Amino acid sequence: MEIPYTVKARPDTGLYNAKIGIWLFLASEVMLFGALFSSYILLRVGADPLSWPQGLLNIPIGTFNTAVLITSSVTVVLGWSALKMGNFAAYRKYQAVTVLCAAAFLVIKCLIEYPEKFGHYEVWKADGTRMTGHIEGNPFFLTHKKLQEGKIESIKFQPDKKHYNDKPPADAKGGAAKPSPVEIKTADIKRLSAFTPAHGTFFGIYFTLTALHGLHVLGGGIVIAYLWGPGAKLWKTDPERYANRVEVSGLFWHFVDLVWIFLFPVFYLL
Amino acid sequence: MEATTHVQHGHAAHADTHHHEQSFWSKYIFSTDHKVIGIQYGISGMLFLLFGYGLMAMMRWSMANPGVPVPLVGPLLLSILGPDAAPGGAISADLYNAFGAMHGTIMVFLGIVPLAFAAFGNYVVPLQIGAVDMAFPRVNMASFHCFFLGGVVMFASFFIPGGAARSGWTSYSPLATLAHPETVNGQTFWLIGMILLITSSLLGAVNFIATIIQLRAPGMTWMRLPFFVWAQFVTAFLLLLAFPPLEAAGVMQLMDNLFGTSFFLPSGLVVAGTPANVSGGGSPLLWQHLFWFLGHPEVYVLILPAMGIVAEIIANNTRKPLYGYKSLVYSVLAIGFLSFIVWAHHMYVTGMGQKISTFFQTTTMIISIPSVIILTCFFISLWGGSIRFNTPMLFVLAFLPMFGIGGLTGLPLGFNFADLHLHDTYYVIAHFHYVVAPGTIFALFAGIYYWYPKITGRHMNEFWGKVHFWLSLLFMNMVFQPMFKQGMEGMIRRMYDGGAGYSLAKNPEISTAISDASMHWNKGIMHAAWALGIAQIPFIINFFVSMRKGKKVENDNPWGSSTLEWQTPTPPPHGNFNKPIEVFGMPYAYSVPGASADFTPQNQSPAGSKH
Repeated sequence: MEIPYTVKARPDTGLYNAKIGIWLFLASEVMLFGALFSSYILLRVGADPLSWPQGLLNIPIGTFNTAVLITSSVTVVLGWSALKMGNFAAYRKYQAVTVLCAAAFLVIKCLIEYPEKFGHYEVWKADGTRMTGHIEGNPFFLTHKKLQEGKIESIKFQPDKKHYNDKPPADAKGGAAKPSPVEIKTADIKRLSAFTPAHGTFFGIYFTLTALHGLHVLGGGIVIAYLWGPGAKLWKTDPERYANRVEVSGLFWHFVDLVWIFLFPVFYLL
Repeated sequence: MEATTHVQHGHAAHADTHHHEQSFWSKYIFSTDHKVIGIQYGISGMLFLLFGYGLMAMMRWSMANPGVPVPLVGPLLLSILGPDAAPGGAISADLYNAFGAMHGTIMVFLGIVPLAFAAFGNYVVPLQIGAVDMAFPRVNMASFHCFFLGGVVMFASFFIPGGAARSGWTSYSPLATLAHPETVNGQTFWLIGMILLITSSLLGAVNFIATIIQLRAPGMTWMRLPFFVWAQFVTAFLLLLAFPPLEAAGVMQLMDNLFGTSFFLPSGLVVAGTPANVSGGGSPLLWQHLFWFLGHPEVYVLILPAMGIVAEIIANNTRKPLYGYKSLVYSVLAIGFLSFIVWAHHMYVTGMGQKISTFFQTTTMIISIPSVIILTCFFISLWGGSIRFNTPMLFVLAFLPMFGIGGLTGLPLGFNFADLHLHDTYYVIAHFHYVVAPGTIFALFAGIYYWYPKITGRHMNEFWGKVHFWLSLLFMNMVFQPMFKQGMEGMIRRMYDGGAGYSLAKNPEISTAISDASMHWNKGIMHAAWALGIAQIPFIINFFVSMRKGKKVENDNPWGSSTLEWQTPTPPPHGNFNKPIEVFGMPYAYSVPGASADFTPQNQSPAGSKH
């Protein structure tokens, strides 16, 4: 028993099975990410404009990661076209860059960007004021409840130069002044949260969407790496089928990149 | 002639040498054969249907006799679930809520969808299009394993501390986030189970669509596809595109429940007198939109495969072509598109606004047109037919009016002014159960009786089939018909005491309280529901006994059908067909004038074309 059109295209549709499969899968992925982007829009439209966090993400790092993914998008195409022309060695080189880009993206996201947020705080005081900044000792995931349970009477808080809804105060020379650290009593705090999903709906949707995207980067990276490494044996026995596999993984990879192209401006710039 | 025989013989011998005896595991558990996977889905789906029915039977007892220990299973409930959930073997309000939520979830996602879409689709679609298997057999296997795991997670949730999810099968926030005191609770299990089930549907849907597009046999053009294949094709698209938003919503609710986000929790949320310790700023309406964006296409996921089965059986048993094949195809496509823009008719009372309500009311009325076209085509197909009243046909004939009742009673719910009164009452329950229970489930029974001979090589017993049919028809109606009356009187859903707190007996000063007659019907419905369960016993026994003792099929095509699934050996081997299939004709070539038999198989070449 042999299933037809696993390698050769069916004449009347012009597609082999896996190609139609991946396009259908991507259609469902569009609905998945579409629902989350729609949720972002609905939550933002429904939010108080003054309390919607802006400018709290690291734009230089985000830009760098965008460049990393765009580079990988280029190399994945170059790799595939090299393979189609029978140049296996060039394919290996290009695709190695793709895998390295995927790894770099994940390392930057998970080891630099996320931890940066976990130690960055917003404090809402009982008098109605609030500020963002860092706590002395740079603890992660501190909350008001943990302060109370740990019987910590006060924290030393280094406020940020700029809060998301006001301009930075000017120093004598006209530059941004660095505010001096303040002592905040636990009793004066209404709520304390690091920039975690629980901070508010902005960070909630930011972490949910970027983590889901990160999982897609991971999955795509693993598949491409597998085809690059142990899966490459197929090239010797059935090169056309192997090229098809690379093409399908490349289509998925482009989708993953495209999602980031939407994610970056929506969260970092708007 | 001799040469041909010799070649065939040689081929058979050749095949034999390569035929390894597969182990039990690779043959039945890790099989990639679409027929085995179809049967796996079918058996699990039927077991879950039975389980979902059991939950309902206990709920009906609680409604008729609130606080009274459940007979037979009461001590079991007490010993397994503990005295908090089942005090003295009676059903507590929390347990009732859990049973209600899980009844809906299990029936829809673990019962009907696996049976109607995955089981029948997997078994029949590749055969009907003349394919050797599905396009991605291993993906198909993964789909079943995800489904099975999802089922296990759902089932296990009954036995964890705090019990199963109890915020309705719709899991509306913020209730779904706040209903359980435990951090990891039944709702967590529900969400993880749903994510597994959605993954399973996704893999299945991709496979079905790719198979139907790519693996049609030569000559099997789109307009030669049996209507069942069209119905499954559209269903697969609904699953592919409507389920992911619920997956997104499920992930977000999981974040709300486990990581303290506030996607669906509004600002100023106060729980039991104290402000909830959440950031707020979320939108409970957002959950409802995302849920019903799946929820409404899901209704058509439940009904379209059933309509496909009905079409096959009607054509076969009236011995004439379906009336309006093209109208049926275009209608099912129209339903597919429209089903994506009707979802908010479930949300008229949420205060989302009159303009939005009016839009969704309009689209809802429009989608009833293709549904009516389909049903009308089926009715007209009966006209002038010489009908064979066998068991599958009886179920199909009952499907038509039962689905008709379900559909027509939906119209008042589609109008937002009428819905204000009927919303969340027993009228709604009666309406959608008429669509799904005596509608879809009857079609599924019909399908089981109809394809059983192809799968096993034996017929199910006709007499006991008819007993099963008549008793089911009677008790189905006795269960659901009184609910229309109760609902119109204002009896609301999800009351573990059957609405006793709102009855005239307890509130004599309120003239619009629920009348004694309506309250009394709770008992009648309970008896009918239990009798409905008993009526399934002939089916269950018939199903198993017929595998060994049933009447053997006289040939590979016992019903005299023209579609391709009957032009195979019985049961079809791995790879399905003995020789390459080529299609020459329409799917329902019955009683063709001048033909030698009253059916012409799709792969039978026209007499004139041989030369």
